[in-house]
Order: sequence, then C-alpha cells, then structure tokens
Amino acid sequence: MEFRFTEEQQMIRDTAEAFLAEVSTSAAVREAMATERGYSEALWQQISEEMMWPALHIPEAYGGLGLGFVELAAMQEQMGRTLLCAPFLSTVGFAVNALLVAGSDAQKSHYLGEIAAGKTATLAFMAPGSRADAQAVQATCSADGDGFLLNGEYRYVLDGHTADILVLAARAPGTSGAQGISLFVLPASTEGVSRQWLPTMDQTRRQARIDLNDVRVGTDALMGAQGSAWPALAKTLDLATVALAAEQVGVAQQALDSSVAYTMERVQFGRTIASYQAIKHKAADMMLKVEAARSAAYYAACVADEALGGNPLGGNPLGGNPLGGNPLDAALAEAASIAKAYCSEAAFFNAGCGIQLHGGVGITAEYDIQLYFKRAKSAETLLGDAAWHRERLARQLLDGENV
Amino acid sequence: MKLSFSPEDERFREEVATWLAENLCGEFEPIRFRGGPGDEHSFVEERKAWEQKLAEGGWTCIGWPKQYGGRGASVEQQVVFNEEYARAGGPGRMGHIGETLTGPTLIAFGSDAQKERYLPGIRAGREFWCQGYSEPSAGSDLANVKTRARLDESSGQWVVNGQKVWTSLAHESQYVFVIARTDPDSVAHKGLGFFLMPMDQPGVIVRPIEQLTGTSEFNEVFFDDAVCAADDIVGAPGEGWKVAMGLLGFERGVSTLGQQMLFQNELDDIIRVAKANGAARDPALRQRIAEAHIGLRIMRFNSMRMLSGGGDDGSLQKEAMIYKLYWSSWHRNLGKLAMDVLGAESEIVPEAPYQLSRLQSMYLFTRADTIYGGTNQIQRNIIAERALGMPREPRG
Repeated sequence: MEFRFTEEQQMIRDTAEAFLAEVSTSAAVREAMATERGYSEALWQQISEEMMWPALHIPEAYGGLGLGFVELAAMQEQMGRTLLCAPFLSTVGFAVNALLVAGSDAQKSHYLGEIAAGKTATLAFMAPGSRADAQAVQATCSADGDGFLLNGEYRYVLDGHTADILVLAARAPGTSGAQGISLFVLPASTEGVSRQWLPTMDQTRRQARIDLNDVRVGTDALMGAQGSAWPALAKTLDLATVALAAEQVGVAQQALDSSVAYTMERVQFGRTIASYQAIKHKAADMMLKVEAARSAAYYAACVADEALGGNPLGGNPLGGNPLGGNPLDAALAEAASIAKAYCSEAAFFNAGCGIQLHGGVGITAEYDIQLYFKRAKSAETLLGDAAWHRERLARQLLDGENV
Repeated sequence: MKLSFSPEDERFREEVATWLAENLCGEFEPIRFRGGPGDEHSFVEERKAWEQKLAEGGWTCIGWPKQYGGRGASVEQQVVFNEEYARAGGPGRMGHIGETLTGPTLIAFGSDAQKERYLPGIRAGREFWCQGYSEPSAGSDLANVKTRARLDESSGQWVVNGQKVWTSLAHESQYVFVIARTDPDSVAHKGLGFFLMPMDQPGVIVRPIEQLTGTSEFNEVFFDDAVCAADDIVGAPGEGWKVAMGLLGFERGVSTLGQQMLFQNELDDIIRVAKANGAARDPALRQRIAEAHIGLRIMRFNSMRMLSGGGDDGSLQKEAMIYKLYWSSWHRNLGKLAMDVLGAESEIVPEAPYQLSRLQSMYLFTRADTIYGGTNQIQRNIIAERALGMPREPRG
C-alpha cells in the first residue's frame, strides 16, 4: 500500500510550500485583491517561467514537465493554504485539462506549448443563473461556411477577463441536455469576443462575463467531434473539481492552523483560550474534517491520474457512449463528487469555526480568517456544492444511473 | 501515491476467499453475518466450533510470528484477511481478544513459560479470553483502577479483589486478563500489575448487564479472593500500566477494512429498504444516503493512509488519530438513517417480546460506539492535545 507521497512528490509539495510562504503573503494577497486583474503579472511570470507550475502535468511532448495529477493536487493544496491570487485553477485545472481530454494533437501542440510558456487560459461554459451541468451550456454554435459561428453569454468564468486563451462550450440551436454540445479553443483576442470583470464577494479569485457576438472560428478551433462533446466537458469538469477539492483542503488546513495559533495566544480569565475544552473540541472537529478531506482529495487525485493516463493522447477519449461508459471516467466522476462534497463542507466548516474561534477579531478586515471564509464559500459554489454532488451520487446509488 | 494492494497480496486475497467459500457453509451457514458488535451473544457454541475450523485451516492468529503458530502475515495481508472474512459473512470472532490482545501482549512482554502455556490454546481456537480493564470508577480514567492483588505468602498465589465492568463474553471465556493494584498505596498508573486469571473458580462471579437492546454482551465481573499462580503476572509488579498500554497499540489498523465491510453490508441493507419503500425518492433522505456513502468511502481512504504509514509531512499520523471519532460518529448517524428510511415501520419489533431486527439492533447499539474504546469527548481531547499541541487538561 503506497497511499502517501513519494519522495519526489513530497519534495514538490515542500518546494511549493516554501515558495508560496514567501510570495503569497497576506500583504501580497491583499495587494492583488485590490487590482481588477486580480493577480500580479510579475508573480505569474515567476510561477510559470521559474517554477514552471502551469507545465506541471502537461506531457513532455508538448513542452510540459509530464508529472501527474497527485503532484498537481499537492500544489493546489498549498495554493489554497496561502490563498494564492493567480490564474492557476483556470489555466491548469480547467483549460489544460480540457485540452488534454479533448484537444487534437495540433491544438495541444499549439496551446499547451503556449501555456507552458506562461500564457493564461480558462474555460467558459455556464449561462447566467445556471448550475454546473450540461444544461448550463446555452451559448450556440452553428455551421458557417468552413467554420462555425458562435453566440451567447457566459458568466462565472474564472479569470475570464484576463485569460489569453479561451476554451468555450456551445450547443447546436434547438438541442438540450447532453446533446449537441461542442467545444472550441481560440485566442481571447478573436473578433466578437467581449469580456468584463464581475466583482465577487471572494476577492482572491476573479470571475468574468464573456459575450460572443457572431464570433467566427475555423474547424481548427473545434475540439473533438461536433455535437458530442458533453462527455469530454463532463470529464474536464470532474478533473477541475478534483483540483479544486485539493485547494479546499489547503483552505481548511490553514483555517484550522491559524485558529489554533490564535487561541494559543489569546488569554481570557487568566489562561489561553486554547486550554478550554469548548475550544479544543471545536479544533479537534476541524482537524477531523481536514484529514478526512485530505484522504478524499488525494484518492480522487489518484483516480484522476489514471483517468487521464488511461486515454491515449490525441484520440477521441470517450468513444461513442454519451453517458460515459468508460469505467475510468465513471470512477473519476464518483471520486470527484465524493471529494467535492466533503471538501466543500470541510473548508466551509473550518473557516466558519475559524471566525468563531477568533472571536471579535474574526469579523474584522484586518485578520485573514475572513478571506478564508470567503474563499471557502466561493469554492463550495464553484463546480457544484456539496448537496449537488450528493444528489449526483444518489442518482448512481439509488436510481442506477451513471453519474 | 497509489491506492492498490500488491499482486502478492491479491493472490493472498484469492486464497482466503476460496478457503472461506469452501468452509463457511453447511453447518456454519446459519452463523454467517452473525455475532458481530451488538450481536455477540448469538450462536456462541457454533462460533466456538467455527474457531476450531479456522484454526485447522491455519486462519487463526495469522499475524503472529511463525514460531508461535502464526503465519507471520504482513499488515496488508491481515487487512486483506479481515476484509475477505467480513465480505464472506464470517461470524463475529469468539477468539478475537485472545488473538489480538492476549497473544501479542504475551509475545511482547510474557515469559517463555507463559507463552508455552497460553499461546497454543488461543491458536487452536479452544481457549477464549476476556478483558478486565474498566471498573465502575475507571472508565475514561482507566488508571483509576481499584481492584487489588496481593501475593499470599502461604499459598504462593496472587489473591485478587475488586470489580471489573463492560467485560464482553466473560461467561464464555476460560481466562481473563486483569489490571490490578499490586501496591495498595499507589495511585494512577503506578503500582499496577497485569494478571492472567482463570475464570472458572469460586472467587470469580459474572453478572450480565442487560443493554438497551434487551440483550447482554457485556458483564460485570466480581473478584472475591480470586486467585492465580505466582507466575501468572506479566512483567513485574508495578509494570502493569506499561504492559496494558503496549497492548492497546497492537490492534491498530488491521481490522479497519473488515469493520468497514460490515458497515457496507448495513448501508446496502438500508439502500435496499429505501428502494423498496420509496424513501429513495425523498430528496432529504437521498442526501443522507449519499452522505453515508461518501463517509464510508472516505473511511476506507483514511485506512489506506494509515496502512501506508507516516504522515504526509513525515510527522505523527493524524489520520490514525481521527479514526475512532470518525467511524463512531459515522456509524451513529447511519443508525438513525436506517430508522428514518424505515419510517413508521422502524418502530415495529419483528417478534415479541423484544426481538429486534438487525437494523433496529444496529441503531440502538451505535449509541455505544461513541462511548466505548474512548468516548468521543476523550478522543477530541487526545486530538487537540497530541495532534494540535493545545494545552493538556488539568488532572486532579
């Protein structure tokens, strides 16, 4: 049984921890929060060129480091711990995974190479007011000469106002559900694409609105087969969900650690408040949550690794079955939902308890625990909250459906 | 990082499964899935016979070193055995206290004579043991034992007086191990001894405790000038706490996957009921069933981490420290879920006067899970103090 980091994975994790402790300080996070861009370009340059993090699980053939999903999860956990403000989840969790799952060899060579070299990217699929399922895709694509004409409005697009590369989901007019969905990849500078920052409650991660007004793209922008991209998009979302769950572990861990540290300092009635059982038991419950969350997230990362590795590069990864008959993909869907359901609640529970353990200062802007509380909620909502993922599992358990 | 057993362990799994399929049948068919926690009073004679069957196949004490009759099985193999045993519906083990507690204690701390005298009977599935730890005033505060042992000069025997409680299978066991105070003036964990005592003697009286389920697995055991031989003390007088604490460390991890297999059976039962009675269409119950599934899957991942050894940062194993609090809380919730899925039918007892169904019995008995083996409150103290470094509780 080797359900623990290898030496190399441990080293990657430790390096990330040390680097982020230096660059993603409370002051740095607050500085980035105050900008419309939402991150420091100089830091992103350092992250991509010096540390090569966006290239982490891009295969070597496309200019990446060729590492696995467990390494990615380890990195994502550390980013959650320090609330790193950077377009990493959008670029790597969403766009790189979309390209790995659905991109043609030419698309991968081009775009993954650009990302490995420091460009940013994101995935847009959600219509206003939608939830993260197939019905969320409402933008349309129709044949237009040799290519396609794209129209529609997306919201909740991570770093959508700054990303260099866009992966877009759109459906054939008149279709619904899992039917008729296609994926496209294009430069964000393509004519007809307009983008606008949407200010968010959690200021440590940016969201945007993207409008498509008669955007013309060639067939070279189409990822996989036309009209049957839902399994690929679903798999991409599952992979992004696993990365996000790992980040939630980091959020939950830091909420616990900073709260314990605070209670060890704070003195009331002549003793540190950490010496009271009411406080200790709350902290113990928080540790239970974070350790169980960690087990769930890393299990999911192992499954994601297999699900990505199990699909040879270049081909249509999912075959003809639109509901994902591939057992690796079904295992990924289950693991992702388990991880996201548990990690969402763990991060929120810990951040909420964290404010309580901080007492009055917990609700001030000055202390960081409020930032973790806000991140915990935005991460919970993103890609389906705990109840949504539980219902997804219930359909499998009780109705005999593939999730 | 990966989550699988080695090919050798998978072959071992095959061997275990095959033996169980060929032997856990016929006369033993009625005891499949019986005798587990909450049901330990059932089929006692049949389960004793089953222990001997297991022993013949070489499936008792597999984790013991070969020189003591074990297989020297690795931790992984023991886990696999327990998992397959539970999957096959193997009955609650009558011999588990001897195998997992007495044996390892004697192997670690016992004299050669004690090993020769006691290990073969355990290995053969013929001699059964019970545990004499808790007392009315020594529950969570185990070191507060009041039972006393004195060496009688004339008879050359240890004479023991006092009372133990929560002793499971006491009336079915030939032996009990007891911690008792050898120094009458000592307090807490100093001055204790660890004794091996025969149950069948006039000075030992067993009184069953009727539980909320109407059944009695637990007993009170009274020692009234009970005796054992001078050399039936493990370690020296005064070393009892060290021996007892060493013993608590032996069980770690090996039985977790077997336990989870029992939990899975219970959850499967609940899902079957939900599908049959329409509860599976209730959105709130769907949420809770999915939550139970998630919780059980994560319990397994936690166990895998424990079995892989070492924390992620090479420090103490936090996943091991949360394990008891995690499973007991999960199981207690499962008990309530079972009743809520059954709805109105949950109240109706299958047979008068008080013959509970498996799920009813499970529901009531899960209230014990968060108490025995260290209450949830004690577990939280341990986590806060040892894992998070928060101040220790003041001790009176």
